[in-house]
Amino acid sequence: MIQSIRMAVKSISGNKMRAFLTMLGIIIGVMALVILVSLVSGATGNVTDTIARLGSDQITVRVSDSKGAPVTISDLNAWMEEDAFGPLAPVATQSVTAKYGTATGALTVYGTTAPYADIQKLSVLVGRFLKQADEQNVSFVCVINETAATELVGYADCLGEELRLNGQRFRVVGVLRDDDASLTSVFRSGSLVAYIPYAAFIRLSDSVTSEVTSFYVSAGAGSTVEEAKDRLTEILTARFDQDTDAFSLSSQNALESAMTSVTSILAVLLGGIAAISLVVGGIGIMNIMLVTVTERTREIGIRKAIGASRSMILTQFLVEAVVICMLGCALGILGSWGVLRLITTVVSGLSISFQMSGGVVLVAVVFCFFIGIVFGLYPANKAARMAPIDALHYGG
Amino acid sequence: MILLRDVCKTYQVGEEPVHALDHASLEVRDGEFVSIIGPSGSGKSTLMNIIGCLDTADSGAYLLDDIPIEDYTENELAKIRSRKIGFVFQSFNLIPQLTAAENVELPLIYQRVKKAERRRRVAEALERVQLTGRIHHLPAELSGGQQQRVAIARAIAARPSLILADEPTGNLDSHTGQDIMNIFHELHQGGNTIVLITHDPSVARQAQRSIHILDGRVKEVAP
Repeated sequence: MIQSIRMAVKSISGNKMRAFLTMLGIIIGVMALVILVSLVSGATGNVTDTIARLGSDQITVRVSDSKGAPVTISDLNAWMEEDAFGPLAPVATQSVTAKYGTATGALTVYGTTAPYADIQKLSVLVGRFLKQADEQNVSFVCVINETAATELVGYADCLGEELRLNGQRFRVVGVLRDDDASLTSVFRSGSLVAYIPYAAFIRLSDSVTSEVTSFYVSAGAGSTVEEAKDRLTEILTARFDQDTDAFSLSSQNALESAMTSVTSILAVLLGGIAAISLVVGGIGIMNIMLVTVTERTREIGIRKAIGASRSMILTQFLVEAVVICMLGCALGILGSWGVLRLITTVVSGLSISFQMSGGVVLVAVVFCFFIGIVFGLYPANKAARMAPIDALHYGG
Repeated sequence: MILLRDVCKTYQVGEEPVHALDHASLEVRDGEFVSIIGPSGSGKSTLMNIIGCLDTADSGAYLLDDIPIEDYTENELAKIRSRKIGFVFQSFNLIPQLTAAENVELPLIYQRVKKAERRRRVAEALERVQLTGRIHHLPAELSGGQQQRVAIARAIAARPSLILADEPTGNLDSHTGQDIMNIFHELHQGGNTIVLITHDPSVARQAQRSIHILDGRVKEVAP
């Protein structure tokens, strides 16, 4: 085998220019494949990072059937001691009519507890978010978003003002910043939103009881979202009589999953186009190999006369095709690496890093290998099947 | 060593069948130096192809080292060529991309001889044809006589039972040709069996025994 590779290298280096031109198809194909896929995955990585920073590492839990063992706020507080979990917060929501003086508006109320701000990465503009004491004392206080403050009250710095939510008075203790640091604030920035203690929400709404049917969890500092999900599933399954249908967990942010599916389709599409160019490169190799076989008919005859069997000739030409492919592949990968480095430098302002992913390199190498085999087989077989006398007397 | 009995081979040239070999019978014993002489078109190339296992006969029997060569597949013939026959051609037929030493090494690679052993046998074969200085040159950098020496070294490196030479002096001037013939004499004295095909009576006479071929029919000529 090593001998065949040495022979192949020898005959390729005998005609460097032609070998390079033959390889060019493969080089371009590999570069297209590696660069496009790396660009897409680099951009995707950047976008998903951004989304993760916006709070996609949270897990949403819905309990549909509590089986007589309802989850309460004290359960959530107890689970917060677990290493796998970060903060946990219940959430209940309802649309209400909000009044401030003569101004009215439709406002969405969220009943929750203090950890909610951490999970959703909300930031406070003035005042404070809900506190543990608000929950214990059933305080009728609310934290509203910037939109609600400006549209309903008229100005942002409206601490101490009182809103009427479905007729019930709530004192404003904090105003949240509408910014793009959290997905929640992005989504809710156009509408009026208020957060009130969960205990107060129970009083406000008829449909909400102390039984928590929906809550948010984020993963603990040392653990992943998956680990937190696994631990939570374990706890809840044990609690609800081994019935895994009694609750549902979801961690994928809708936006993130949409992004992922779009970019993976993009990667497959671009990768597919690049793969086609690789196949075209393979056809080029087959073409040149056929020419080579005809040119070297006499050499094949000599080799056969001095004892080369069919399989040895086949191996020789097949190895030659594969070596050309793999050399092209190596040059292509090298070129892609250079181009990606260049792109990363040029767009360094965007802080996107375009790394060459090991996966796509592996795909390129394996693909090139098979192209070499597939497109080398026909010419090699043609060489191997030549009758020794005909080949020997070819061209004199 | 070589035993041909009633061997026939017919080619179709256009409409006309050509009887290249017509009930040819022939025997060559171990250690003999035999020449086959005949004008062009007499069927001597066909005879050489059959003896050299490059082609098989239509009918008749051919025994090489008591092995009947009939109905062999191409791969089996390749194995027989590799072990038993060393070819020397008129046009040298060296592979132009390989150096002299690499050309001599090639049949040993096809025999899957180990590398150290290969190196030893290549050096030995080149020494026997008195070509040691220019072994790392490409064929194009060698004179005709030197190229033919490389070709002979290639033929003997594989230690074949039979050396089959097809007009080995045909492309050489008479002086160089005689040098090459001297190498064949040495090989013969060293115990090799040699079959030499030629159209030149002065070359044919140098063998122990001459066999005449004309219109596909073989007949022995007294030396």
